[in-house]
Amino acid sequence: MSRPEIVIRDLHKSFGDNEVLRGIDLEIGQGEVVCVIGPSGSGKSTLLRCVNLLEEPTKGQVFVGGTELTDPDVDIDAVRRRIGMVFQQFNLFPHLTVTENLTLPQRRVLRRDKASAARVAAENLERVGLAEKADAHPSSLSGGQQQRVAIARALAMGPEVMLFDEPTSALDPELVGDVLAVMRMLAREGMTMMVVTHEMTFAREVADRVVFMDGGVVVEDGAPEQVIGAPRHERTRHFLSRLLDPAMAEVEEGAGDRPSQGEG
Amino acid sequence: MTDTDVQLQPRKKGLTRRQKRRLSRGAQYAVFAAAVIAFALSADWGRLQNQFAQVDIAQRMFPEVITLALKNTVLYTLSGFVFGLVLGMVVALMRLSSVGPYRWLAGVYIEIFRGLPALLIFIFVGVAVPLAFPGTQIVGGTYGKVALALGLVSAAYMAETIRAGIQAVPKGQMEAARSLGFSPARAMVSIIVPQAFRIILPPLTNELVLLFKDSSLVLFLGVTLQERELSKYGNDLASTTANSTPILVAGLCYLLVTIPLGFVVRRMESRSQEAIR
Repeated sequence: MSRPEIVIRDLHKSFGDNEVLRGIDLEIGQGEVVCVIGPSGSGKSTLLRCVNLLEEPTKGQVFVGGTELTDPDVDIDAVRRRIGMVFQQFNLFPHLTVTENLTLPQRRVLRRDKASAARVAAENLERVGLAEKADAHPSSLSGGQQQRVAIARALAMGPEVMLFDEPTSALDPELVGDVLAVMRMLAREGMTMMVVTHEMTFAREVADRVVFMDGGVVVEDGAPEQVIGAPRHERTRHFLSRLLDPAMAEVEEGAGDRPSQGEG
Repeated sequence: MTDTDVQLQPRKKGLTRRQKRRLSRGAQYAVFAAAVIAFALSADWGRLQNQFAQVDIAQRMFPEVITLALKNTVLYTLSGFVFGLVLGMVVALMRLSSVGPYRWLAGVYIEIFRGLPALLIFIFVGVAVPLAFPGTQIVGGTYGKVALALGLVSAAYMAETIRAGIQAVPKGQMEAARSLGFSPARAMVSIIVPQAFRIILPPLTNELVLLFKDSSLVLFLGVTLQERELSKYGNDLASTTANSTPILVAGLCYLLVTIPLGFVVRRMESRSQEAIR
């Protein structure tokens, strides 16, 4: 692993009495692609949202590119410019066209002039394969197209790190591929990426590391062929077997734990 | 369906559903027709026409009723609306502030100015403000006073509307903006408020209609001849001519504006219904 780009130390997060993260330690190197998997409620999305401080950690530290985000005196808006985020629900700005979605943040936040903002916007729309939708409104695009615009919007800010919060979970199955293709391209280009996902094929093929979370802790952390292919922990095996064969879930609950099916 | 049907039907026991429906509808039409006939017969149309529809008096009102009275009504309304919108925006943002005293102050403001009749606010602005701050003149004379009074009233309503609009913008919008490096204030101005205003355009236009009518309360500020608006103008002319025709004409002038505005509101409402994603 090269110089760590993201460092998370002893991270805790509670919502009221509900302790969602119970001490997470994680390092992500420059150019590394890490997929975070785990059952719903395991705290994986919360962990991701703590990395750009959309959630304020209760305790612990988060560093991105050497800057401590959890320092109360840090200029959080400045740090966030280096961290792109892609949401499950896309969160495009519906009152703006596709191009404006990309140019407005550059103009307002980075203070780029009109011409260079437009140029950067066009380049990034090209990268995600949506140059022809430049003047469309988000509502006229399919979910997959909206998500690719959202990725382009984040890229237009020139981030060093990209966070993906279940980027394909709100998409119809046939639209997932286009979004994953864009993410694969980013990974090849050497972008540091932290991806919360249920796409095991993507994790297996693209990720350098897979982190399995359950109950607010990291249960298993390693190469994808190890974590997904040959999980050491019972909880990981349990999760993967349910993910691969959802139809078995009910039987399983009635019959108690049963050995993992491996996964072929 | 005639009245005899209505009387005959109930004798039979066990009406079918269709019969019941027919009976009910027939009864409703009968009551309506009876009411209209009774009203038409009892009103003294001759005297009404004499008092309210004297064509020569109506003709004498033009063009002043438009060029002076309607123009002033529109001016009062718009100045009050603009002031109310700005103040309402401030109050709405205070209401959503993380600073307790701001929230509290905004809440008190809204409760007070929503709870008081507009008339009292006009009297307050006309009397109390000059008393409290002797020597100071409200900028713009009568126009300034009206803008202040109408603005104070409408700001309370608009603040609640704007707050609801801001809260109706999905939370993800603010998160997306913050994740791109927008400060909270800049995200509010560039991302949230523009979306909120699209949501609240229909209720804001409704507020404009209400203000348009409330502008008649200028009457209680005491205005010069040149500052008269529709109600005052119509009322004055009604007393000089000893005839109520000017009131009817003034009323028609209000409808000239409020009915098209109401139509616009309904169009916007149905369009925003369609636009919901």
